[in-house]
Amino acid sequence: MKAGKLISFIIFIVFLGLFYACSRNSDKETTVTFWAMGSEAEYVTKLVPEFEKRNPGIKVKVQAVPWNAAQEKLITAFASDNTPDACQLGNTWVPQFSSLNAIISLDHFIAESQVIKKENYFPGIWDTNVIDSSVYGIPWYVDTRLMFYRTDIFEKAGYKNPPKSWDELHDLCKKIKALYPGEEKYAIYLPTNEWVPFIIFGLQNGSSLLKDKNTRGDFSSREYKEAFDFLIKFHKEKLAPIGISQVTNVYQALKDEYFALYISGPWNINEFKKWMTGSLADKWSTAPMPSKSGDNYPGVSLAGGSSLVIFKNSERKKEVWKFIEYLSEKETQIEFYKLLYNLPAVKEAWEDSSIANNIYMKAFYEQFHHVVATPKIPEWEQIAFSKVQQYAELAARDAMSIDEALQKLDKDVDLILEKRRWLIESQK
Amino acid sequence: MKSIKHSYSFTSTAAYFFIAPALIAILIFFFIPVIAAFVISFTDFDIYALGSLDTVRFVGLKNYLRLFEDPLFWLSLKNTSYYVLLATPLTIAVSLSAALLLNSKLIKYKSIFRLSYFMPYITTLVAVAIVWRFIYHPKFGILNYFLGLVGINPIDWLGDPNWAMPAIVIMSVWKSFGYNMIIFIAGLQNIPEDLYEAASLEGAGEWQKFKSITLPLLAPTTLFISIITIVGYFQLFAEPYIMTQGGPLNSTLSIVQFMYQEGFRWWNMGYSASIAFVLFFIILIITMIQFKVQKITAK
Repeated sequence: MKAGKLISFIIFIVFLGLFYACSRNSDKETTVTFWAMGSEAEYVTKLVPEFEKRNPGIKVKVQAVPWNAAQEKLITAFASDNTPDACQLGNTWVPQFSSLNAIISLDHFIAESQVIKKENYFPGIWDTNVIDSSVYGIPWYVDTRLMFYRTDIFEKAGYKNPPKSWDELHDLCKKIKALYPGEEKYAIYLPTNEWVPFIIFGLQNGSSLLKDKNTRGDFSSREYKEAFDFLIKFHKEKLAPIGISQVTNVYQALKDEYFALYISGPWNINEFKKWMTGSLADKWSTAPMPSKSGDNYPGVSLAGGSSLVIFKNSERKKEVWKFIEYLSEKETQIEFYKLLYNLPAVKEAWEDSSIANNIYMKAFYEQFHHVVATPKIPEWEQIAFSKVQQYAELAARDAMSIDEALQKLDKDVDLILEKRRWLIESQK
Repeated sequence: MKSIKHSYSFTSTAAYFFIAPALIAILIFFFIPVIAAFVISFTDFDIYALGSLDTVRFVGLKNYLRLFEDPLFWLSLKNTSYYVLLATPLTIAVSLSAALLLNSKLIKYKSIFRLSYFMPYITTLVAVAIVWRFIYHPKFGILNYFLGLVGINPIDWLGDPNWAMPAIVIMSVWKSFGYNMIIFIAGLQNIPEDLYEAASLEGAGEWQKFKSITLPLLAPTTLFISIITIVGYFQLFAEPYIMTQGGPLNSTLSIVQFMYQEGFRWWNMGYSASIAFVLFFIILIITMIQFKVQKITAK
């Protein structure tokens, strides 16, 4: 009896092995895994069938990762050797994953590619993917920040055109505030839990943000201080609301004239369209960032967006590169824009009527020629999110003087970058 | 003699054998991680270390020393203590009052009340926090609406650094009093009825009965509840994480949230581990004090 059981067990195992071998043999196609975030994951699956039709033998498995858990999930996947073949990565994360040695340089793929060429992309965006003169990511879609504003209120304040310089911006805001004497209305929304404007204006004024090969903070420098002071002035002169919780809904707030100007990104175009309806439908627009003096208009903004990267542990790099090439074709980029309104990274795609005829896109197209990257170090996110925002809030609430805030900011940043200094000195 | 000894050692081996699965699980999933975290707290394990272990440096007590110099740590400790000091007595008072009301003979449909008071405790915290964010909205929130009816000016509950923590306290008390209430009801039902009868015959009023019978006899229950409440409240995390993200001006940043930020947002694992151990010692000391107090009062 016992022997009988053992024999049947062995037979079972053998069959299992055979079955597995068969399924492997018949399965000649390769499946590549691709992780995408948020709604991108949902919509990129609609592009997959066309790719699979063109490339018999390659199947693409798209896995959705929620945006707010994405970084955590990717890093844990890396720590446990479970990374996908390729994934979408916010371009500010590229330095982090390249310093982790998790993603590979794509230089040799690009050199042989017929589809992906550097000159197809906006230079500022392309640059965010370059680390130590190697390319680690291919821009998939792009974003940047610029001004969303109420045209009617600007006109009432005497501005037919959006402001082109810092002085004009400040003057305009004062005039808007004066339109509502005694009312709780503001000109501009500059929440201190959004670090981006605090960095954009610094960059516009020529600040390098960090110094000594990005190993120390440079926020106490004259260039940065001027920009920081300029922004905090809006809070101190009550041109911008100080708290963050009064505005739970920026769309409603713009509609209610709670403020007339907000610096934000392309993901808000459709949201504003949804809210600004009826007589308000033509009362808002987008405009590029002003520059410091008004020369060199428009001023710079941040090079944002998502890139496509290949993981080092992938055994199907060639196959997944084909998928990246497919996603970077002009037609696929236009298709993707139509699905999700993510702005195409490939410049040629902007010529398509669906984008060229969108009045809100013009400002973006112009702005993308004036975008720069934030410092390309893994610590940048921590510096921006925790430190810049923290001290911007303290200064905006007048809990600290500007000089004190920036000195403390530098001190904190130096502490965060201690490891980086050590790594560079010891050449690890 | 020999056979007895043999069977004894046999049963003990068998016992070990039987508890082995549980022990192994605890060892792998609890002790080893805890020890690893303790070791990591003496290193500068960070995002570079995840990439290459060569970059890990043994830093001795540096993380702990840096922690004691970090204003954010002291702020988060202060915030958490403020929260615990405010929320614990309130929770106990509210749950005891609710328990007394529900234990009263005058009330009908007790189970409905008990259920509805217990409901917040079992509702998902994330959903609750989102709803409370609406309640606290300075312009459209229902709380400010009611305050407005009695002539109180609107309060920016979650946006004002002075009000954000009290707002979180109110929500937490609402969320957790139901659980403590059930324990109090159990404690109340253990008090013999004849004590109250005897007191009534002696002419004691309701307040005297409560002070001289209910409170002393509930002391062990109260102690138990205060320990679990304080330990639980020291680990404040999800409420501020969802409602305020620690703001405004870090006024609701709790220790656990500070630890989470350092560890899983900025990947400073070494530093984050040192925060975890400091929190562990704080909770340990508080629990030890409470046990001491219990022993003294028991005598």
